[in-house]
Amino acid sequence: MATGKLEITAEVASEHGLTRDEYSQVERALGRTPTLCEVGMIGVMWSEHCSYKSSRPHLKTLPTRGDKVIQGPGENAGAVDIGDGQAAVFKMESHNHPSFIEPYQGAATGVGGICRDVFTMGARPVALANALRFGALTHPKTPHLLRGVVAGIAGYGNAFGVPNVTGDVHFSRCYDQNILVNALCVGIAPTDKIFRGTASGVGNPVMYVGAKTGRDGIHGATMASAEFGEGAEQNRPAVQVGDPFMEKLLLEACLELMQSDALVGIQDMGAAGLTSSSVEMAARAGSGIEMDLERVPQREADMSAYELLLSESQERMLMVVERGREHEARAIFDKWDLDAEVVGRVTDTGRVVMRMQGELVADLPAELLAEGITYERRTARPAYIDAARVENPAPSAAGDAPRPDEALVSLLGAPNVTSKAWVYHQYDHNVRTSTVLRPGQADAGLVRVIAPSGREKGLGVALGGQSRLVYLDPYEGSARAVAEAYANLAAIGAEPLAVTDCLNFGNPENPEIMWQLAESVRGLGDACRALGTPVVSGNVSLYNETDGVAIYPTPMVGMVGLVADLRRHAGSALPEAGLEIAAVGELGGSLAGSEYQSLYLGRACGAIAPFAGARDKAVMDAVRTLVAEGLVEVAHDVTEGGLAVAVAECAVSGGAPGGVSIDLPETEMSDEALLFGEAPARFIVAYPPKARDAVAARAKALGAPITPLGQCGGDRLRVAIAGDQRRGFDVPVDEAREAFFSGLRDVTA
Amino acid sequence: MTTTFGVLRFPGSNCDDDALRAVDVVLAPAGSRGRIIWHKDRSLGDVDAIILPGGFSYGDYLRGGAIAAHSPIMDAVAEFAAGGGPVLGICNGFQILCERGLLPGALIRNESLRFECRDTHVVTSGRQTPFTRGIAAGAVLRMSIAHAEGRYVHPDPEALWRAGQVVFRYATPAGEVSADANPNGSVLGIAGICNEAGNVVGLMPHPERACEAVLGGGGQDGRAIFESALAGGGAA
Repeated sequence: MATGKLEITAEVASEHGLTRDEYSQVERALGRTPTLCEVGMIGVMWSEHCSYKSSRPHLKTLPTRGDKVIQGPGENAGAVDIGDGQAAVFKMESHNHPSFIEPYQGAATGVGGICRDVFTMGARPVALANALRFGALTHPKTPHLLRGVVAGIAGYGNAFGVPNVTGDVHFSRCYDQNILVNALCVGIAPTDKIFRGTASGVGNPVMYVGAKTGRDGIHGATMASAEFGEGAEQNRPAVQVGDPFMEKLLLEACLELMQSDALVGIQDMGAAGLTSSSVEMAARAGSGIEMDLERVPQREADMSAYELLLSESQERMLMVVERGREHEARAIFDKWDLDAEVVGRVTDTGRVVMRMQGELVADLPAELLAEGITYERRTARPAYIDAARVENPAPSAAGDAPRPDEALVSLLGAPNVTSKAWVYHQYDHNVRTSTVLRPGQADAGLVRVIAPSGREKGLGVALGGQSRLVYLDPYEGSARAVAEAYANLAAIGAEPLAVTDCLNFGNPENPEIMWQLAESVRGLGDACRALGTPVVSGNVSLYNETDGVAIYPTPMVGMVGLVADLRRHAGSALPEAGLEIAAVGELGGSLAGSEYQSLYLGRACGAIAPFAGARDKAVMDAVRTLVAEGLVEVAHDVTEGGLAVAVAECAVSGGAPGGVSIDLPETEMSDEALLFGEAPARFIVAYPPKARDAVAARAKALGAPITPLGQCGGDRLRVAIAGDQRRGFDVPVDEAREAFFSGLRDVTA
Repeated sequence: MTTTFGVLRFPGSNCDDDALRAVDVVLAPAGSRGRIIWHKDRSLGDVDAIILPGGFSYGDYLRGGAIAAHSPIMDAVAEFAAGGGPVLGICNGFQILCERGLLPGALIRNESLRFECRDTHVVTSGRQTPFTRGIAAGAVLRMSIAHAEGRYVHPDPEALWRAGQVVFRYATPAGEVSADANPNGSVLGIAGICNEAGNVVGLMPHPERACEAVLGGGGQDGRAIFESALAGGGAA
């Protein structure tokens, strides 16, 4: 067997991300020294990014089954039944490391990758969402990264033609050196035409379709599995370049081919390109694959087998078609001016065998590569957890409390609260003429789905995740992320169905990081079980740290839900006047991990409000029912900034902003916690005066506390506590609106 | 009596299905029909009007619309237009018509240098075209834009105006043309124009996105543009 000129040693293996121990395992499993190609293939497949070697024991504990689940984790994307013979196919994926190094292409290819994962399953992508985390707005790198990432998402998604319907953009010092770009795509497929990445049928041809292979992105997966040090930008050649036009052609060609029964299996070439796609397809089917690498369409001259196997060139797919029907596939790809070449065949050997001009360059058991390795990594509860938890979370404990009116205006303009209009106006959110709730109009995105019968229903897409809460309490904070996504869907009137997640953490070899990860997954799992929303897809991004400083643990939750009757949904903007306002759920919350605390104390401390399971679920379900039954016209989840900010957001975010007059009752908590505290399952709702009694009765019957607060109208935001205006605030709505829409002005001008 | 729209599909078109839905589903009760025409075809078949939809034909590589303007089907479109057939270019379709020389002027990068997706208002000049017959002079339509290259430029915009070839201008909801209402820096706030004969119309806003009340509060003002082109429609 050809081993190339290079002698393979543990040092060479180490350059491919394999530890000495891992390399010994390889030698033992093979009973020989691997070739250079093999080391490259094993290196990427055993990377954290591809193998989930640190997270897998924990991920196994997540609930993944349910009545509606058609496809759980392990495929290109998850799928749930949305009735009428249709499935929602969705997944969220991180593209953190490349986006820091080259923000435009990193983010663009993140969008391209997640869309491919979805249409590989036979689903036409119908909505995009993304959760972005940047460093402090004042950090010198942040404006450049923000502009680049947003332009990259826009550049890819707009051209590809999928509406970007919701998002979540946060800024924190903890992301100064490690930004997060998590992109979610959801598509619709007929339930009886869902395709999977399997290479079955011995003798069936393996076809390569899409863009030609170049030298870009070699070792992208390995880069994404290491922490950054000085000069991370030098990794730029490991970042891929996206071509949304190519992907659009690939989408149309693949969906056209999927109309026939010639296609057996199909797999996106994402991280680790040709290697991972062939290995995964063979492993899932329990078959083998043989490939002749010289047949791979190539963009550059003289590419080696090693480069072909490890390139992460974008917009490529590997598929297996029925023997004798290659011409049908070719005809369709010809129509779309795409390359489609037979590069190999399915075998029953259980091995992935690669040849270049007849010379054997790799011969590995598919299972060894696909199963990879698993670590039961040590965990240790970090000392900061207990120290932070016992601190008094109230800024007033450390000095004078800010005046409520000043706090309100400052919070509305705070980076994490301020309108993200500058961001979402760069995304096409109306293409496909199906967007019912646009970004900025509601807590979640909502797109129309038309059943084969012509009936119109809605698919809601929501995000959740606040890393300050997870930092303070990984278990409860992660449960809160699930609850937040669930609440966002409830607010638009959608019945939550299932979850996808991106788990963004630091270096798992650090036991304290590993403890955060383990606790976080436990919290996600318990919350998903309590809410009946199984996890059907997702990914893990570790090593989000630079020079030993990790990000806050950041699990991001994406959730999809169904609106059965498309006419019955709610946005979050109040009209100028005419509606009454109430709070559903308990009032107030905790200042621990709150935006208010961040603004006035400058750090996170205290015990966060936990997710209360069935009790919180009842409140959230009640809000969904109030919307679905048409009783309330406006609903908004209370999150960053608490009740006061939530009410103000409802007032200022509409096309015709108006004032509100609200009187909060006396409670046992401080005014600070009542106005600005945060906790799950709190909502603002609004309804016409004539519906007052019906709303109250229905909420109570559904087990949700409801407190009438006041009404909208006038041109001031007035909030009193127990009738005392001085304990609340009285701010001109124009001033609040100006604050809300200007928070990003300095970095985006 | 029905009117059949042919909706062109170029590689990279992504509003083709949306335009098709507008004319084949939403306006079907008014006698409208639509079908897709592949860019490699050389004949338009039996159609009454042509729509060049939005999107990123050929990835907008080189310039928006520059490559699609040379697609095989475009010879048939030019012939159809020369014979007085109604042709509507929306967004990328407008760019293609300019690149092909069926409409004057060009569309360049937005003044902001960013892609802009937002609702805009346009005021109708009153120029009679197959797509504005049913719309009164001074009428204001709300339609969303979604483009990075929508800034209309022309060597002599005043002459274009005098020739009556300006069809739509960006305006306030009250119909006042102003710099604030202009989302991309287009000269004279031009959002849409026609050829001298008036049968070829291009505009940057998306009328097909403003046809159904359920869609994001986008309104239904776009219907009037398609309805104008229906047999016996509009002029009434």
